[in-house]
Amino acid sequence: MNSNNGRKPRIAVFKFASCDGCQLSLLDAEDELLEVAGAVEIAYFPEASRRMLKGPYDIGLVEGSITTHHDAQRIQQIRRQCRMLVTIGACATAGGIQALRNWRDTGEFVRYVYARPDYIQTLNYSTPIAEHVPVDFELRGCPIHKHQLLELLSATLAGRKPNIPTYSVCIECKRRGAVCVAVAQGQMCLGPVTQAGCGAICPAYGRGCYGCYGPMENPNSRRLAAWFLEKGCEREQVVRAFRTYNAWAWQFREATEEREG
Amino acid sequence: MNATMTAKATRTVKVETLARVEGEGGLLIKMKGDRIQEVKLNIFEPPRLFEGFLRGRHFTEIPDITARICGICPIAYQMSSIHALERALGVEIDPAVRLLRRLFYCGEWIESHALHVYMLHAPDFLGYQDVIEMAGRHRETVEKALRLKKIGNELVALLGGREIHPVSAAVGGFYRAPRKRELEGIRERLRWALDASLDTVRFTAGLNFPDFEQDYEFVSLSHPEEYPFNEGRIVSNRGIDIDAAQFEDHFIEQHVKHSTSLHAVVRERGSYLVGPLARFNLNFDRLTPLARQTAIESGLTPPCRNPFQSIIVRAVELVFACEEALRIIDVYEPPAKPRAPVEVRAGTGAAATEAPRGLLYHRYGVDEQGLITAARIVPPTSQNLKRIEDDLWRLAPRLTELPLEEITWRCEQAIRNYDPCISCSCHFLKVNIERE
Repeated sequence: MNSNNGRKPRIAVFKFASCDGCQLSLLDAEDELLEVAGAVEIAYFPEASRRMLKGPYDIGLVEGSITTHHDAQRIQQIRRQCRMLVTIGACATAGGIQALRNWRDTGEFVRYVYARPDYIQTLNYSTPIAEHVPVDFELRGCPIHKHQLLELLSATLAGRKPNIPTYSVCIECKRRGAVCVAVAQGQMCLGPVTQAGCGAICPAYGRGCYGCYGPMENPNSRRLAAWFLEKGCEREQVVRAFRTYNAWAWQFREATEEREG
Repeated sequence: MNATMTAKATRTVKVETLARVEGEGGLLIKMKGDRIQEVKLNIFEPPRLFEGFLRGRHFTEIPDITARICGICPIAYQMSSIHALERALGVEIDPAVRLLRRLFYCGEWIESHALHVYMLHAPDFLGYQDVIEMAGRHRETVEKALRLKKIGNELVALLGGREIHPVSAAVGGFYRAPRKRELEGIRERLRWALDASLDTVRFTAGLNFPDFEQDYEFVSLSHPEEYPFNEGRIVSNRGIDIDAAQFEDHFIEQHVKHSTSLHAVVRERGSYLVGPLARFNLNFDRLTPLARQTAIESGLTPPCRNPFQSIIVRAVELVFACEEALRIIDVYEPPAKPRAPVEVRAGTGAAATEAPRGLLYHRYGVDEQGLITAARIVPPTSQNLKRIEDDLWRLAPRLTELPLEEITWRCEQAIRNYDPCISCSCHFLKVNIERE
């Protein structure tokens, strides 16, 4: 990252509706943490530090989805303070597991969870950051992979494009030499339409990919859903498979929603 | 962070965003002279409504979904949901699976406790804003801490494929059980971690602790032969001794006036404390001899009633978790099948396990197709919130002579004694404590 007049780039980490796991990935980079802290100024990262410096920031890492009016306003302010805004993880990039409310009556959920629903202010939809402000880069995963986060930071500091593959989990699965659980065992697997990055761990552990990295570039999700149905899966089962951590990503939505018009 | 001070009359401690906790919360304390007028622990973490959308999902999906409540203790969520569902469905597990689950929990305790002891809590005792600043003067300590934390994460990843939201745990067992040889690969590092944990006990015992003893009701699991992870009765030092199925008869969630919070309290008695301090005080004799002896040598014997000393207790639990992991790896033989078969039936099941920060209760109803009909989750932090508030009411009057910045910091430290996990607690509650 250039034009800093010799000072260290300032990094900020912001949280919206999420589990904290993606920002924890930075603290989980045990071997690199002190080196990263030497290369950049961690200006705002409440999970790690009481020192919270005001913006502007060079890189803003945003975790979590927008679920309240207050947060919808807060992300606008944050965007103005960050030269580069990066969403980290499925909540920020696709609305997260909490976007399951988007198909249902959120009021009914609130009444089920809270005894005094009148105290709860929440939006009817959980939406990704990019539905509110322009986003410069999206890191996928529930959670993100710490190596992808470090690659993103290194690339940004060096002024190059991060090397984050957009092909499917199947490619990683083949490289890993794992047995195809879909073809060989007839398990439902979202690997063919899910972006790589996790290392194909689910097939390696004998189960189908559950799509936590979200849609790959140009996936044919509708065809995969149809194939599951042809193989004898129940429709409800297929719908649930696409509606997890990246449920609100349109490429996954179109697999289970009727085509309009 | 914003601290304002106006003459001697009224002073306000205000922390807009609590640092070094997991999730989003703030603190407001109003004082007049040495009288505390208001303590407000404001949790503004947005609700995520988990129990709402769990209904209608298939039981096999629940451990993966509930893991997403918390990125720091996903295994606790997987374990509590799995045990509750196994009770609902009448599943018997292989003894080797039971051992593997304890090993899995060891990894999470090591990772989470090392994170909290060194990166979230120790900077308060030593006067640093964060662990990076602390590394300036204590580079070796911080490097050792990071390595210790990493070994916890490696153990989790070894069993579950990755550190955060691992993919292997399932109702009935694991999707894949490791071979004995795979586990043996981490033994040397665990031996190093055990030494580092012993150093951690000595390091934490050497910190300065305020004189602040409180009369707590401690609540934790208790098992006749083991320091508790996954199994046991729920007990307290005031006579509670129940099965998890009776949890909701004894612990209720109260509405506080002018508040959106649900405070978990012992019915007709009040606030209670879950977490390392409770486990230590109620299960001291089931620690390993080395963990016990190390605690005693550092001056820590039950009952420990100073919440600031919970940092030493976490270090003692690190010793225990490393020793327990080594023991399990020594005796482990892979199960015949990684997962017990599950016959779907309608039922209800409740279970509690010990997350790093305390008791985590789950209850589910399942229908004859295996779909969830009801879900109830009570995380440790929502059980501790009332207790944190009570601590602040008692601590703040002792601090009124100090400069405001110092009062603020001490109160933050007192909150961090509980290693609060606000994302967890807030999937179902929103707190706004006010007293008149």
